[in-house]
Amino acid sequence: MNWTICTMHMVGKVMLNRRTMMGLLAGAMAAPAAAFAAISGGQAETLIGKVVGDINAIINSGAAEAKMISRFKGVFTKYADVNFIALSALGVDGRSATASQKRAFTKAFTGYIAQRYGSRFREFKGGKIEVVSTKAVKNRFEVLTMTKLKGMSPFDVVFIVAAKNGKFIDMQVEGISIVKSERKEIGAMLDKRKGDLDLLIRDLSKV
Amino acid sequence: MKKTTLIAIAVLTVLGACAKAPAPTGYDDPHEAQNRRTYKANIALDRALISPAADSYGQVPKPVRNSVAMFAENASLPGVVVNKLLQGQIDDAVHNTVRFLFNSTLGLLGLFDVASDIGLEERKSDFGETLHVWGMPEGDYVVLPFFGASTERDGLGILGDFMLNPLSYVLPTEVRQLPKAAWVMSKFGDRYDFADSVDSILYSDGDGYGTLQLYYLDSRRYELGQVVEDNELDDLYDAYGG
Repeated sequence: MNWTICTMHMVGKVMLNRRTMMGLLAGAMAAPAAAFAAISGGQAETLIGKVVGDINAIINSGAAEAKMISRFKGVFTKYADVNFIALSALGVDGRSATASQKRAFTKAFTGYIAQRYGSRFREFKGGKIEVVSTKAVKNRFEVLTMTKLKGMSPFDVVFIVAAKNGKFIDMQVEGISIVKSERKEIGAMLDKRKGDLDLLIRDLSKV
Repeated sequence: MKKTTLIAIAVLTVLGACAKAPAPTGYDDPHEAQNRRTYKANIALDRALISPAADSYGQVPKPVRNSVAMFAENASLPGVVVNKLLQGQIDDAVHNTVRFLFNSTLGLLGLFDVASDIGLEERKSDFGETLHVWGMPEGDYVVLPFFGASTERDGLGILGDFMLNPLSYVLPTEVRQLPKAAWVMSKFGDRYDFADSVDSILYSDGDGYGTLQLYYLDSRRYELGQVVEDNELDDLYDAYGG
């Protein structure tokens, strides 16, 4: 039953190079947003190390589910390009959306993602993740991480990190892209509501 | 004797190396109507039987459930070894054999996984993968009763694995069905442990059928190391710009 592992399980502990992080932070504060130089593969890897370190801390915190979900939401909004992921999930249906609909959808989608994946975290207590390698592909980096859960074979999670800003724009769990599967899921949810985006936004906000 | 073994290994290695299954493309679903019917039946089965049974089984303490799952996994290992041999993966076959010997003895008939602690974790495989290595294309997407999402090749693989395990031929009649029973129990255990994940797919607000198809094909292709052209995703990433 492959699909039982087809979820966003990200856990782990990664040693961070503190100097790299400090340098990155200093750089981020000094440079005006528009003048961001493209990041290096090492920087992409360090960022993902931070992401999985944060998530590992959440999963093994023993906190209540609601608390874990809200902390996960914090990590997601900090390191991912939430706008891009949300609007990609909305796909072609989003083209006719107004700016305010897009904003409302992105906000609702972020809560939905945090709930959908964060609620699974209790299943992964005691897990461990390691950053394995980084590969440059066109204008992005693919950071390969290996997740080990108790009583299960290790599996791969690849983070797609944009070179221009160091945000991750997708995760592929054993070859399954979050962006692609949410695109399908959100598309089907919208179809069910006969294309009524406002209704979808309302329902997603309730999740 | 030694010579014949070497020749057999050489033949298998050549077999494994030569054949190359064509890369699959896309998510065509020519049997969609039938597949959706089976999917619905599986959901009904889950609702009526599997999910409640999993909840009951979930009351059994986790260490006991782990041992049941370990026992099932260990008993299936000789079948994995056969598959690795058929694929020409001699290293993996030896590795799994040593694992089996360790866990069957020191691990008390496989109830405990002592082998993983010394670096002998399972190297998984199945007959579907063997067919892939031999060059069989994945075929159409199919939903099987009980087993769920699969392909024509992998469905054949499940049948093959039922017959391939040498253990089922050497076990005494009284205990022959024990590994299969343990396997079913371990699946109930998975259904319980990953209930949130499973529910969020099967009982999603969107299209659970389509999501499961995507999940199955993408993860299976990834597992088999098949590079699939994915323009949809590439275009999305590219559009993000550099």
